[in-house]
Order: sequence, then structure tokens, then C-alpha cells
Amino acid sequence: MNGENISFWEKLGKIDRRWIFLIIGLVVFIPIAFGLRMTVHVSPAVKSAYDTINSLPEGSVVMISIDYDAASMPELQPMLKAILRHCFDKNLKVVLINFWPLGLPIGNQGLEEVAKEYGKVYGVDYMNLGYRPGDIAVMLRMGTEIRSVFYGDIKGTPLDSLPMMKNIHNYDDIAVVVGLEAGSMGDAWVQYVNARFKQDLILGVTAVMAAGVYPYLQAGQIKGLIGGLKGAAEYEKLVNHPDFGHIGMASQSWAHVTIILFIILGNIGYFMERRRKRGL
Amino acid sequence: MLKKQIPLAITFITGVIIVVTFFIPHPPFGRLQQDALTWYSVIFGFTMLLGVDSLVKFHYTKLRRREKGWWFSIVFYCGFLLSFITGVISEVRFGDAFNINSSFMYFYNTILIPLQSTMFALLAFFIASASYRAFRARNIDATFLLVTAVIVMLGRVPVGYMLWHKLPDLTSWILNVLQLGPMRGIMIGISLGTVAMSLRLILGIERTYLS
Repeated sequence: MNGENISFWEKLGKIDRRWIFLIIGLVVFIPIAFGLRMTVHVSPAVKSAYDTINSLPEGSVVMISIDYDAASMPELQPMLKAILRHCFDKNLKVVLINFWPLGLPIGNQGLEEVAKEYGKVYGVDYMNLGYRPGDIAVMLRMGTEIRSVFYGDIKGTPLDSLPMMKNIHNYDDIAVVVGLEAGSMGDAWVQYVNARFKQDLILGVTAVMAAGVYPYLQAGQIKGLIGGLKGAAEYEKLVNHPDFGHIGMASQSWAHVTIILFIILGNIGYFMERRRKRGL
Repeated sequence: MLKKQIPLAITFITGVIIVVTFFIPHPPFGRLQQDALTWYSVIFGFTMLLGVDSLVKFHYTKLRRREKGWWFSIVFYCGFLLSFITGVISEVRFGDAFNINSSFMYFYNTILIPLQSTMFALLAFFIASASYRAFRARNIDATFLLVTAVIVMLGRVPVGYMLWHKLPDLTSWILNVLQLGPMRGIMIGISLGTVAMSLRLILGIERTYLS
């Protein structure tokens, strides 16, 4: 009897990882397949981001930086769409910029999709600057004149021929910059653009990066922080347009619970095995 | 002699100009900074070309020598040529490679996005498996880490609120108080290290980049 118990606990601590993969796969897939949704509660960091954009007067310019690619798309694309919906709903002008070349088409697709929903006109209500190599150099040069880096938009159209760009020259003409980050560009926005040009910033980051961005939020260097898919779902709730963030939240919730259950099982197995080895 | 002195002199002069112009953006330093940043952008652009050149050569060598996994290099060349050719065709046909109806965007949406997303999504499976095997309460430190991680994992998803409505607040407190001090210390340490390394490079103390 004792031998069977020992065997069971040892087995519990050494489940074949293929079972873990299968269970995680099902837990993620089922909520998405059935469109399950969960009630999302808004955190102060996301509310602060929302309030910053919400307080802007009509016609203000919001620059959104696409600093991610397809790998982080499930977390950051819902953020982009929710923020765009907020901006267009409030009749704010949107300028998209890209620091990740592979994120260029993703950002453009999101922009065009939401702009179409709201009947916005390219060049009048929104535009896409595209990509320029140089990262920090591009950020700094835009502080003097955007045209010194971007001679045209994503299609090569001269900036001065776009009506909305006539009065937009540098950060003085941009109310807030929203950086959607999967890498280190968020640090650069804070350290160079906020520190030097006093530009208001909001950062939207992947969940794994959020902990590293909190010091900026507490120091007041960023106006708001949207962290991971949960942040995206919270913003969707604030703009009253539940989308993929809400669907993904159910998957993420149950995946977290499953991982925690696995951790508990692993620890039970570990302690039982340790107890047996000590001869207790 | 000159092989070392000239790069050191260029590094010193450029470094000093960049530092001075960053803190004094007024004429004539502002103009100098704009020129330096233009040069930086141009060089940055060329490094991308250098990267492509290096990648093409690397896979060519692998193919020529029939090294282990050489057929992955064929996959690389197929992908590279497909992107390049469809990019050029789309640019000519639509005037924009990123036009939603272009062949470039078709391959981008149907191959690149699923591949990149899949690679990243695999992390969920490995994290689950790794946390099950490695996240053990072996000692008091590991137990603290384990308990904190469980609270944050639950508090960051709606199910945490369902379990206990104060859990998200507790998570916020952990992120805003407990982790903030060490995180700030790490950031200050990294920044001081960066400043020290920059000074070593500008003053020519650090010369490993010359070799």
C-alpha cells in the first residue's frame, strides 16, 4: 500500500510534458473557439492612459509608435485597435510611426481597419509615416522637424501635401505619443523624447515587460501604462468595444489557473518524494 | 600606429560632439547634432544591408559545404527570394508593397505572421512545463518567489478578481512597491554602467572594439 502511494506521488511530480502541452493547448483553445468572455476590471494605470487621451481637445494629434511584430501581435494589436477607436471617436488626429520594420504592415492594417469603421479619411484624420532606420536618431531628429527624417508618408506622398500634416512639425505639435512596445524602444521614448522634449507619453507593453516599466509610471515619466492582453481588454472596456482582448482574457485566465495547478501538483510530488527519501 | 590612433580620434571627437550637442541644442551645436544624427541614420541603414549580405553569405557557405542542417539554408533562400521578388512586383504593380491586395502582403499575412506568432506562442507550453518542473519551494527564498508569482499570475487575470476582489489590488501593491525598489536599483545600475562604458570608449580606455 505504502509502495503504491510513493509511486503515485512520484508520478505526480513527473507527469509527461506532452500531457501538460495538451492540457494547456485545450485550455487556451476552448475559450477562443467558444468565444467565452470574462468580466474585466480596470486598473488605475490603464485608466490613467485612457484619461490622458480622453482629456485631449478635438483635433489634437496622437502619435502611435508600432514597435512590435507578429510575435507580440496578439497582445499589442488589440491595444492598438482600442486606442485608435478612442482617438477616432473623439475626433483626434492619428499619426502612425514604425520602429520595427516587420511591424509596418501590421500597424497599417490595424489603422486602416479602424479608420474604415469610423469613416475617417487618410491624410485628413490619420496618416502613416512608415519606417525609417536609426531608432533614437530618428526620435531626436523629429524633435526639431519631422520632415528632416520623413520626407513622405508610407507611400512616399510628400508630407506637406497631406492636409493634417500642414501644422505638424515636431513634438510641440503632438499632444501625446503612445508607444506600443515589445522591445527596448519604450525606454528610448522615455529617456530621450520625454526627458528632453517633455513629451507626454503612454506606453503599451507586453505583459512580460510591464514590471520593468512601472518605475516610469510611478516617477510620472509616462502618463499611463497598458500592460499585456489584460491592459488591452481593460482599454476595450473603457472604450465600450469588447474585442479580441476580452476573448483572449478568458484563455489567459484559465491558462494561468492551469499553470498554478501544475505548480501545486509539482510541489506536492516534490514534498512527498523528499519526505520518502528522508524516511518519514 | 595610425590603424589605432585614427579610430580612437574619431571615437573621441564624435563622442564629445554627441554629448555636448545633446545638452546644448542651440546653434551651432544643434546643427552639428542634426548632421551627426543624419550620419547615424545613414550608417544604421547600411548596417541592415550588411546584415542581409552576411546572412546570404553564411547560408551560401553552409550549402556549399553541405553542413549539418544545410537544407534549412534552402528554406532561407526560398523565403528571401519570395519576399524580394513579391516585394518588387507589388511595388511596381500597386505602387506600394504594403497594399492589402499585393502578393507581398499575401505571403506576409499567410506565412510570416502565423510563423512568428507560432514561435512566440510555443512559449506558453514551455513556460507551463518548466514551471511545473522547476518552480519548487525548495527553501524560504524560493517559497517567497513562488507565492508572489502565484499572486501576480492570479491578480493579473479576471479570475483573480472572481476569487477575491482584493487580489488585483494586492498584485498592484506587489508591482508598485515590492518590485519597484529593486527594479529601480537595477535600472540605475545599468545606467551608471552605460555611462562608465561610454566614458571608457570616448577616452580610449576601452579598445576591444578595435581588435
